[in-house]
Amino acid sequence: MTADKEMFAAVGLTRVFGRGAGRVLALEGVDLTVRRGERLGVVGESGSGKSTLIRLLAALDTPTAGSVSFEGQPVTGRPERELGFLRRRVQIVFQDPRASLDPRMKVRRIITEPLRSPMIRAELGDLDPDARVRELMEAVGLDYADADRYPHEFSGGQRQRIAIARALAPKPHVLIADEPVSALDVSVRAQVLNLLDDLVDRFGLTMIFVSHDLRVVRHVCSRAIVMRQGRIVESAPTASLFSDPQTDYTRALLAAIPAFRGA
Amino acid sequence: MSLLRVRDLTVAFGRRPPVVRGISFDVEPGQRVGLIGESGCGKTVTSLAVMGLLPDNARISGSIRLGDVEVVGSSDRAMSELRGDELTMIFQEPMTALDPTMRCGRQVAEVLRLHSTAAPGAARERVLVMLGEVGFADPERIANSFPHELSGGQRQRVVTAMALINSPDLVICDEPTTALDVTVQATVLKLLDRVLASQNAACLFISHDLAVVSELCSDVLVMLDGEIVERGTASGIFTDAQHPYTKGLVATSRLDLVEPGSRLPLVEDFYAGAER
Repeated sequence: MTADKEMFAAVGLTRVFGRGAGRVLALEGVDLTVRRGERLGVVGESGSGKSTLIRLLAALDTPTAGSVSFEGQPVTGRPERELGFLRRRVQIVFQDPRASLDPRMKVRRIITEPLRSPMIRAELGDLDPDARVRELMEAVGLDYADADRYPHEFSGGQRQRIAIARALAPKPHVLIADEPVSALDVSVRAQVLNLLDDLVDRFGLTMIFVSHDLRVVRHVCSRAIVMRQGRIVESAPTASLFSDPQTDYTRALLAAIPAFRGA
Repeated sequence: MSLLRVRDLTVAFGRRPPVVRGISFDVEPGQRVGLIGESGCGKTVTSLAVMGLLPDNARISGSIRLGDVEVVGSSDRAMSELRGDELTMIFQEPMTALDPTMRCGRQVAEVLRLHSTAAPGAARERVLVMLGEVGFADPERIANSFPHELSGGQRQRVVTAMALINSPDLVICDEPTTALDVTVQATVLKLLDRVLASQNAACLFISHDLAVVSELCSDVLVMLDGEIVERGTASGIFTDAQHPYTKGLVATSRLDLVEPGSRLPLVEDFYAGAER
């Protein structure tokens, strides 16, 4: 496998919701390639189409037009039972761990839930769940002794670590992080970003990192796309996005970053 | 004389240990004070105590004086005369602060009518002027809209209009831009800056984000585990913090100073070996 291998290739992705007067064009003709090992930032405001894009990439939704392929295999148009390869290899961490973790499940069950999926078991074979929980909890900086506690017994940052451990359980190739630090305090944000950075390196992951915060994207990602009204308006290495933005919209986003007065 | 004078304020809920522990601070007329700290440090409880909005099971001791009125122990009736008039609040989530069944213009007018004897026609006039002041080019249309017809930023501007229409002495802002997009946040912060200045209103601005506080406030209080651990001018705090927690907060918010891809500093890094 070459370093340049394509993980995702999306061509002409379009998604329309509703019809008639309520018709919303959420995504319009988006072409995107995500390469192996890349850290791609997806930046844009609410309603820009970021979430629609990642939902289509992860096959949680079907495009109105266009197609997605993953690791060279077509995704669009295939029935769910043939998508096992994608389900295991692509995992998502959501914005709000208070909402994405089932409050009635103990941490041990939450983390091993992906491993109980028949589709993922067919891909991975049987893993020893307890050993895997220990491994993952240690990897994300949690104490294995807490495996039989419930999510509400943890702080916001710790809950996000649990969500990350769950995402890593089926040994994915791609981690999609959808605003993973937006619901967290600034002081906790740094811990989670450092953790993601370590894990992506350690497990050789490809990361798609969705955020409205350009400061965070600059820190985490090597390349970023800027989305607006369902289209990609700019795509560039993050360093040049900051030093030499090409569109007025990117400039407006940069100007909106709160600046430190007197510092 | 200080506009707001808080002395030895302690708040506990039920039998649990206090969440605010003997804090004291002042806000002068027209002064803007940022109150920063992480979730659970007691900043929102402090602001609710000042507003007299704590639930019945809260046990409060100490003193909160707003002008010559003592808030602690004041009746609900006395407080509701203050609230919305001399003392107002802007909350984090504008959708929950607005009544979904009422047109925005009426909601703003209600605040006005409750605290003055203005005739209904005159109230409408002042509402439209106020909506213009918070940056709406078409106040008439906004006044006739229901909250769900507006975007998050527009809603927060309506809430700002409600908070400022009676020319309050003190506006408490509890994370007013946290739920908003960055560009909208920038607009709302500029707007707050302008309206607070034009009415010479003082402000207690609560946030976990130092960068946001630095845009608006001249002075900063840093809160940790129910206590104020550091206070000073905004520029002083950002350039020359003393308390390890403050140093950590400053460092974690300065993403712009860190080489992209390198390890971010943590608050813990600033506690030399000791647990906080």
